Amino acid sequence: LLLLRCPAGAAVARAYHGDRVAVVGSQAEAASPLYQENYERMKALVTELQEQAEKIRFGGGEKARKLHTSRGKLLPRERIDRLLDPGSPFLEFSQFAGYQLYGNEEVPAGEFTNNLIECVIVANDATVKGGTYYPITVKKHLRAQEIAMQNHLPCLYLVDSGGANLPRQAEVFPDRDHFGRIFYNKAVMSSQGIPQIAVVMGSCTAGGAYVPAMADESIIVGKQGTIFLGGPPLVKAATGEEVSAEDLGGADLHCRKSGVTDHYALDDDHALHVARKAVRSLNYQKKINVTIESSEEPLFPADELYGIVGDQLKRNFDVKEVIARVVDGSKFDEFKALYGDTLITGFARIFGYPVGIIGNNGVLFSESAKKGTHFIQLCCQRNIPIVFLQNITGFMVGRDYEAGGIAKDGAKMVTAVACASVPKITIIIGGSYGAGNYGIFHFFSSPRFLYMWPNARISVMGGEQAATVLATIAKDQKLREGKQLSEEDVAALKEPIIRRFEEEGNPYYSSARLWDDGIIDPVDTRLVLGLSLSAALNAPTKKTEFGVFRM
Amino acid sequence: VMRTARKMGVKSVAVYSEADKRSMHVAMADEAYCIGPAASQQSYLAMEKIMQVAKMSTAQAVHPGYGFLSENTEFAELCKQEGIIFIGPPSSAIRDMGIKSTSKAIMSAAGVPIVEGYHGEDQSDECLKEHARRTGYPVMIKAVRGGGGKGMRIAHSEKEFLEELESARREAKKSFNDDAMLIEKFVDNPRHVEVQVFGDQHGNAVYLFERDCSVQRRHKKIIEEAPGPGIKPEVRRKLGEAAVKAAKAVNYVGAGTVEFIMDAQHNFYFMEMNTRLQVEHPVTEMITGTDLVEWQLRVAAGEKIPLTQEEIGLKGHAFEARIYAEDPNNNFMPGAGPLLHLSTPPVDSSTRVETGVRQGDEVSVHYDPMIAKLVVWAEDRQAALRKLRYSLHQYHIVGLSTNIDFLLSLAGHPEFEAGNVHTNFIPLHYDKLFPAKGATPKEVLCQTALGLVLKEKMMTETFRNQSEDKFSPFASSSGRRMNISYIRNLTLRDGKNNVDITVNYNRDGSYDMQVHDESFHVSGDLSSVENSISLRCSVNGMTCQSKLVIVDNLIYLFTPEGSAQIGLPVPKYLSGVSTAGDQGGAIAPMTGTIEKVFVKAGDTVEVGDPLMVMIAMKMEHTIRAPKAGIIKKVNYEEGSQANRHAPLVELVEDETESE
Repeated sequence: LLLLRCPAGAAVARAYHGDRVAVVGSQAEAASPLYQENYERMKALVTELQEQAEKIRFGGGEKARKLHTSRGKLLPRERIDRLLDPGSPFLEFSQFAGYQLYGNEEVPAGEFTNNLIECVIVANDATVKGGTYYPITVKKHLRAQEIAMQNHLPCLYLVDSGGANLPRQAEVFPDRDHFGRIFYNKAVMSSQGIPQIAVVMGSCTAGGAYVPAMADESIIVGKQGTIFLGGPPLVKAATGEEVSAEDLGGADLHCRKSGVTDHYALDDDHALHVARKAVRSLNYQKKINVTIESSEEPLFPADELYGIVGDQLKRNFDVKEVIARVVDGSKFDEFKALYGDTLITGFARIFGYPVGIIGNNGVLFSESAKKGTHFIQLCCQRNIPIVFLQNITGFMVGRDYEAGGIAKDGAKMVTAVACASVPKITIIIGGSYGAGNYGIFHFFSSPRFLYMWPNARISVMGGEQAATVLATIAKDQKLREGKQLSEEDVAALKEPIIRRFEEEGNPYYSSARLWDDGIIDPVDTRLVLGLSLSAALNAPTKKTEFGVFRM
Repeated sequence: VMRTARKMGVKSVAVYSEADKRSMHVAMADEAYCIGPAASQQSYLAMEKIMQVAKMSTAQAVHPGYGFLSENTEFAELCKQEGIIFIGPPSSAIRDMGIKSTSKAIMSAAGVPIVEGYHGEDQSDECLKEHARRTGYPVMIKAVRGGGGKGMRIAHSEKEFLEELESARREAKKSFNDDAMLIEKFVDNPRHVEVQVFGDQHGNAVYLFERDCSVQRRHKKIIEEAPGPGIKPEVRRKLGEAAVKAAKAVNYVGAGTVEFIMDAQHNFYFMEMNTRLQVEHPVTEMITGTDLVEWQLRVAAGEKIPLTQEEIGLKGHAFEARIYAEDPNNNFMPGAGPLLHLSTPPVDSSTRVETGVRQGDEVSVHYDPMIAKLVVWAEDRQAALRKLRYSLHQYHIVGLSTNIDFLLSLAGHPEFEAGNVHTNFIPLHYDKLFPAKGATPKEVLCQTALGLVLKEKMMTETFRNQSEDKFSPFASSSGRRMNISYIRNLTLRDGKNNVDITVNYNRDGSYDMQVHDESFHVSGDLSSVENSISLRCSVNGMTCQSKLVIVDNLIYLFTPEGSAQIGLPVPKYLSGVSTAGDQGGAIAPMTGTIEKVFVKAGDTVEVGDPLMVMIAMKMEHTIRAPKAGIIKKVNYEEGSQANRHAPLVELVEDETESE
C-alpha cells in the first residue's frame, strides 16, 4: 500500500520536484512596435467598451431617472447594490442586450452573493420604457433563468415592469421561448429545489402577476407595488367597475386579504432587507465536488494581454501566453504537448478551482480534434470544468484532409463538447469562424457561460473570404454570360460584404442579440472565469454519457 | 492594596456585594465573600457582616480602602473590640478629625492656621443663616461629618441659602446619617493643597510633601499632581511641618492627609484631615519612591515608619488623572453602562493604571463611577504633563461617556501647563475647555468609511473561511462590476448631520472617496491587535494608525489627534418611532430613584422650576421644568425607579399664554 498525495502548496516544503508544476508563458516584449501597436488598439477597444457600459448603466436617461427617484424608488442598480453583500462583486450578464437593436433598453441581470450564497438576480429597469418586455427582454430574462437552472442558483426577481410591450406582443407573447416560458421556468426550478423569491417594487400586471404569485416567497413594497391580472383601465372596460390601482392590487390587499404576497415592506430598502433575510433562511449550502487549492495570482500582469493579442485577427499569438496571464501562478500542466499542437490542452487552477483548458493555436487538423476529444473525456471522467479559449479560423480544408477524415474527427469533438456535462465556459478571444466554431464549442451546445473579448469576431467565415467566395461566384456567372468583371467591379462587389460581415461579426452585434453572456475586458478574464466557475460549482455533478463517436 | 499585600506575602480576603460578584477585586483576592445586596447600606456599610467575614476567614487586619467605612469611628472601634487590627488611625483620631468643628478647634489650638466660619451646635436655619451673613457671602455649607464633596454646597447669596442648606442636609443625611452643618468662608479661586502624612504607634510622624488637587468639578477631584506647582521649598517645608503638627495633635497612626486651602499669596489654612489613604496617594508614591500601602501594613503591625523625615526625598513630578464614567458636556453628570471596549496605555515603571474594571464589566449605578486612575511620572512637570497627554490618548473606552477627552483638553490648556491652577479653574476657562464641537474633519470621515468597508471585508472573509469554498472571488469584497466601476453611497452621521460619502472601489484595492465636493484617495488595512482593531489608513498620502471600535450603529475612531464618534443612520424600518422628536416634558438624565416630587397634575410651572429630585450615582439631581406650562401628568412617584431618558412628567405649554 502506498500513500501518494501531492497538493501543490506543499511541494516546496516536501522538496519533491515531481510535485512542481511547470510555469507557462514568457516575458512580454513590451518594447516591440508590434506589442505597442497591439496594446494601444486593444486599449482603445476596452475604453470604448467601458464608455458604452457607463451609458447603459444610466438606463432610461436623466428625466426618467429623476421621475423614478422622486417617487422614493431606488434605481435598479442601487437596488442590486443594496441586495448584495456589501462590496461583493457582481457578475452582470447580457449587459449589452438590445444594444442598438431598437433604441436602447435593458434588464440588468446577474449573479451575486448574499452571505456567500450565490444567487441570480433579475431586476427590471422601469426608467426604460416603463420596464416593459421587448422580445430581447424576454430572451434576457430567460437566459438568466437558464443560468440559474443550469447552475442551481436561487433566483431573486426585483419586479418593476409594465408587462409585455403591447405593440410588440406578437414577438413577445405566443411562442415557446416567449413570456410564458418565464413562468414555466419558475415552476420547474421550484420543483427542482431552486428557490424563487420575488420582490414587487412596482407594477406586476397581467402575466407579470405570476412573478410574485409563483414565487416561493414574495415581498411587496407598500404604496408602491401593485399586482393584478387586469389593471384599473381593463377592469373599467370589462365590467365598468372603477377602482384605484392601490385598492385593486396594493400591498395592503395582497398581504392582508389575498395572500399573494408574504411580506409587507415600508420602502425599497426595507424590501431588500427582507429579501436578504429570506435568502439567509434558505438554508442553502454550496457543496463543491472538486478539490480546491490556495489561489495565487498569475506571474505576469494581465494587461499584457492587450499587447500580446491586439485587435488584428490575422496576426497570430500564442494562446499559452494568454493562459499564463489567467491561471493561478501561471502554472499549466500541458497534455499531449507534442501531438496536434494547433490545439493546446492542459490542466490548471483558477482561484483554486481545477480547470481543463482548451485553447486554439491555429487551424484545426484531425490530430487536434482527436486530442481535444480525448482531453474532454479526461475532464468528464475527473469532473473537471472545461474552459475554452477560442480563436479559430476553422478546420483545415483540402483534398488530403477530407480524405483523412477530418469531418469525422471534427464530429468526434462536437460530440464530446455537446455531451460533456461538466461546467463548460467559453471565452472568445479572437475569431470564431465556420465549422471550427461548432467544433470547439459555441452557444448552440449550452455552455454554462460564454463571453467575448471586444476584439472578437463571429461569423461563418471571415469577411474577406466570404467576399472572395461571392466575387468568384459572380465572376463565374459573368464569364458564363461572356462578360469580364473589372478589378473595380470586384472591389465594389466585395466592399459591402466585407462591411456587413464586419458589422454582424462584431461583439456588440452578437451581445445585443444575446449570442453570448457579455463582452469583457481581457484584463478581467481571470476574475470572470473565477466568478463563473464559482457559480457553476453550485450545481450537483452529473455523470457524462457520450454519444456514438465515429471512429 | 491587594497587589502590595501579595508582594509582601500577605493573603487578602475580599468582600463584595451582589452587584460586584464578577468584579475585578473579587477575582484578584485570595478569598472572597459576598456580604449582601447592591445597596451599600446592606453590604459595604454593614459592619457586622464585614466583621463576620473577618472572623470566618481568620483575618488579622482589615484594610478599609478609600470610601465606605474607611473613616468610620464605630467601625474602627468595633475592630478594636473584636481584636482585629484596623489599618488606619485610632478611632479617636477619626472621630476628632471627622467632625469638622472639632478638628478646627484642635488645629487652632495646635497653632495651625484655619479659615473663618461657624462650627456650632445650634443647627437651626436661622442661626446658620445668621452666621452665614456674619461670615459674609459667598459661604460654604458643609456637612460636619462630610467628605468627598458630599453634603457640601456653596451659597452665593442669602436668597439661595435655604435651598442649598436643605439640599446639603438631605445629602448628608443619606450619606452619613447625620445632617449637622457648618458654615465656612468661601475663599475665591483658592488652591486645594494637601499634605500626605504618616504616623506610627511609636509617636513618630513624617510628611511626604504636598499634592495639588485644585482642579475640581462638582467639588470633586479630577486631576492631581505632586509636588504642587510653583510652591517654593520654604513654603513646602512650612506646609509639611504644619501637617505633621496636625497629625501629632491627634496622635495619628497610619496614612493621613491634611488638606489646606491656599490663596494666591501661598498663605494656607487648615481645612480638614482625611484619616485614610486617599485615591490620589500614587502621585506621592511616585515622587518619593515609596509604597504607602506597604507602610500602612507595616505600621499596623507595630513597626516604625520605614524612613525618617530626612530620608524622604522628592524626585521629579507626577500626575494622576481620574477617569470617570461621566458626561463632561452635561455638567459632568455621572453615567453607568457596559465597558464594551477598554484599552489602556502600556504600563511601565513611570506609568501606572489603577483600575477595578475590565473590558466587558459594567460600571454600575450603585457605586462611584470612577473607572481608573492614570498615574504618570517624569523628571519635571513639563515632561510629566506631556506623558500624561500621550497616555490619555491611548486610553480608549467605548460603551459609556467618559471624561477622557475633557482631561485631554484640560491637560493641554496653557494656563494648566503654566501651573496656574485653582478650584475655579474649570468654570473660568469653560469656553476653551469645552470648545464648540465643529464638524468632524473630512479626513476623519474618510478614515471611518474605510474602517467600515474594511470591517465588512473582514466579516466576509470570516464567513468565507468557515465555508468549504475558501477562495471564491465572490467573497473578495472587491466590489467589481463588469466594465463599469462600483460606486457605493455611504451615509455617516456626524453629530446631528448626515454626511453622504461616495466610495469608488479601485482595482488596486484603494478607494476614491468624495465628501461634499472634495475628493480623497484612501487606502489602508485592518489588523486585530489584542482586543481591538487597528486601522492603518492613508488619506491623500497621509498615513496614520488609529483604533476602530464598532458597536451597533456607532463607530469609534481613536486617532493620534483624538477620538471621533461617528454614527450610521439607522434605516427607517429598524428604528421604529423617531426618538429625535422633542420631548414634551422633563426627562431623566440618568437611571435613578425619584427622591422627591414637587408638582402634581394640573400645576402651572415656570421655566426652571424644580419638578423632582432624583438620586442617582449617589448624587442628587434636581429636575427642572424645561419650559413654562401645565403639568399634564406625573409619571413617577416618590421612591420609584426611572430609567435614563424616561419622561418624568408630561408638560403641555400654557395655551392661554401662547394665544
